[in-house]
Amino acid sequence: MSCAETLVQYGLRAIGIGTRALPKTDITLCEQVVLIGSGLIWNVYFAAVALTLGFFMATLIAFARASDRKWMSLPAATFIFLIRGSPLFIQFFVLYETFVLLPKMGWDINLGFIEIGIETRWLTRAWLGAAIVLFLNTSAYTAQIFYGALKSVPRGDIEAARAIGMSTVQINRRIIWPTMLRLAWPSYTNEAIFLFHATALVFFSSFPAWQQRGDALYYASYFADKTFNPFVPYPIIAGFFILFTIILILLFGWANRRLNRHIQP
Amino acid sequence: MFSQCAEPSLLDGLNWWSCYLTTGKHINFYQSFLVVFALLLLTVPFILAFGFAGALARRSALFPIRWFGLAYTSMVRGIPDIIFFLFVPIAMDQGIEYLRHKWKCGDWSEPVRQGNDFVVCTAAKMPLGISPQWVHETYGFLLATLAFAIVFGAFAANTIHGALGAVPRAQLETAAAFGMSRGQIFRRIHLPQMWVYALPGLSNLWMILIKATPLLFLLGVEDIVYWARELGGTKTGRFAYPHPDWRLGYFLVLLVFYLALTWVSERFFAALMRRTSKGQTTIGGTV
Repeated sequence: MSCAETLVQYGLRAIGIGTRALPKTDITLCEQVVLIGSGLIWNVYFAAVALTLGFFMATLIAFARASDRKWMSLPAATFIFLIRGSPLFIQFFVLYETFVLLPKMGWDINLGFIEIGIETRWLTRAWLGAAIVLFLNTSAYTAQIFYGALKSVPRGDIEAARAIGMSTVQINRRIIWPTMLRLAWPSYTNEAIFLFHATALVFFSSFPAWQQRGDALYYASYFADKTFNPFVPYPIIAGFFILFTIILILLFGWANRRLNRHIQP
Repeated sequence: MFSQCAEPSLLDGLNWWSCYLTTGKHINFYQSFLVVFALLLLTVPFILAFGFAGALARRSALFPIRWFGLAYTSMVRGIPDIIFFLFVPIAMDQGIEYLRHKWKCGDWSEPVRQGNDFVVCTAAKMPLGISPQWVHETYGFLLATLAFAIVFGAFAANTIHGALGAVPRAQLETAAAFGMSRGQIFRRIHLPQMWVYALPGLSNLWMILIKATPLLFLLGVEDIVYWARELGGTKTGRFAYPHPDWRLGYFLVLLVFYLALTWVSERFFAALMRRTSKGQTTIGGTV
C-alpha cells in the first residue's frame, strides 16, 4: 500500500472520515505519521476554540478583577484562584464527572429561520466538554496576565486621555485595553503555547475517544503500545508539536508587531 | 479498624462514615498523598542539578556543548511535557535492558526487536522477574521521577540562564578588578546574586511542578488520582460499603488538596522573596 493511499484512508480518520479499522500489524512509518497528523486536527481545534473565546472572557475577567466594586472583583479573583491553583488534569476529571451526572435533557431553540436542538449529553463528548474545560482554564490564566498588565498601564496615559475629554468607556477601549494587550502580549504568547500543549491531555486522560477518534497523543500512545517501540511515534508527535508551536509563535509575533506598529522603526 | 466495623451492613450515619473512611483502601489513599510529596522532594534536587547543567552548558565556550544546552532548554517550549512523561520512562527502561542484555547475554544471537516485540534475555530484565512487587513499583516511580527531572530541569535551566545574565555586569567586573579568579567570581559574586533574579521563575516552576504531579497516574504509579478513581467508582451490593458513583466527591477532595498546596506555596515564596530582596539593587529591595 502506497503512502498516498494511506493518506486517503487515514488522513481524516480522527474526525471519522476514512477507514474505520486502525492498523494493527505491520505498522508502517507512513501510517504512523498520517494518523498522528490526523489526530492533530483535534489539538488545533481545541486550541483555536479555547484561545479565541478565552481571549474575550479573559478581558472581561481582568477588568472585573481590577474593578473597585467588590461584587465584581471578588468572583473574578475567586475564579482565577480556583483555576490557577489546581491542576488542569484534576479540572478535566471534576468537570467530566459533573457533566456525566447532569440529567440527560434536550432543548429545541428556535432561531426563527432554523431550529437547533441542544442536548446536555454533548457535554460528556470531548468536542464540547473538553473545549469548555480548556476555555475556562485559559480564561483564568490569561485573565491573571491581563490583570497584571492592566495594573502596569501608565497613569499618565489615562490622565492625558481624560484631559482631552474622553469618556470612561472611550478610555477603556482606546487607551487601557490596547496598552494592556501590548504589555501582556509576550506572556500571553507563552500561555497560548502552554494551552496548545495542554490539548494533548484531552483524549489521553479524561474524555473517552469515541470510535477511536482521538488526538495526536492518543494515536501516538496507541502506536507505542502496539509496536512496543516508543522511538518512532513519540518523535513524530514531538516533530508535529514543534512545527505547530513555531506556527503559533509566528502568528503571535505578527499580532505583536501589529499591536506595536506605531513604534516600529 | 474499629471493633464495631466488623459488620458494615448494620451501620448507619456517623458510624458508617467512620468505618467507611478507615477501610484498608482508604488508608492506602491517605498514604498515596505521601507519594506526591515524595515526588516533589525527590525531583527538586535533580531539577536544580539539571537546571544548572543546562544553564552552564548554554554559557559554555565550546560550541557543541552550547548547542546541546540550547537544544535541551528549547525543547520544552516546543514539545508538551506529557510526551516526555510518556516517552522517557519507556525509553529509559528499554535502553537499560538493552545495555544489560549486551553485557550479560553476549552470546544471544536473535535481534532485540522482533516485529512488534522487544525481547531481551531473562537475566537482563530490569527489575528481574523474580523481584518482589515493591521493587517493580519503586523502579517505575524512579523512572517517572527521572522524566519529571528532565522536563522541569529544562525549564529551570531557562530560568537560571536568564538569572545568570541578569546579574549586573559591573559586579563581575569589580570582582575581576579585585583579582578574583573566574571560579571565585562565579562562587562568591555571580552565584549568590543570581538567586534573587531566579526566584520568581523558580517559584513559578514549583507551582507548575505541583500541578503536574497528578500526571504520575498516567505513568502507572498508584498515586492519589488512581485511588480516587478506585474508591469513587460505583460499589454494588457485593461490596462491604456499597455506594453510587462518588468519583466527583473524591476529585473535589483532590482539588481542595491542590488548592491548599499551591496557596501555602504562594505564601511561602512571597515571604522568601521579601527576605532575599533585602538590600538588593531591585525595586523590591529599595522599598
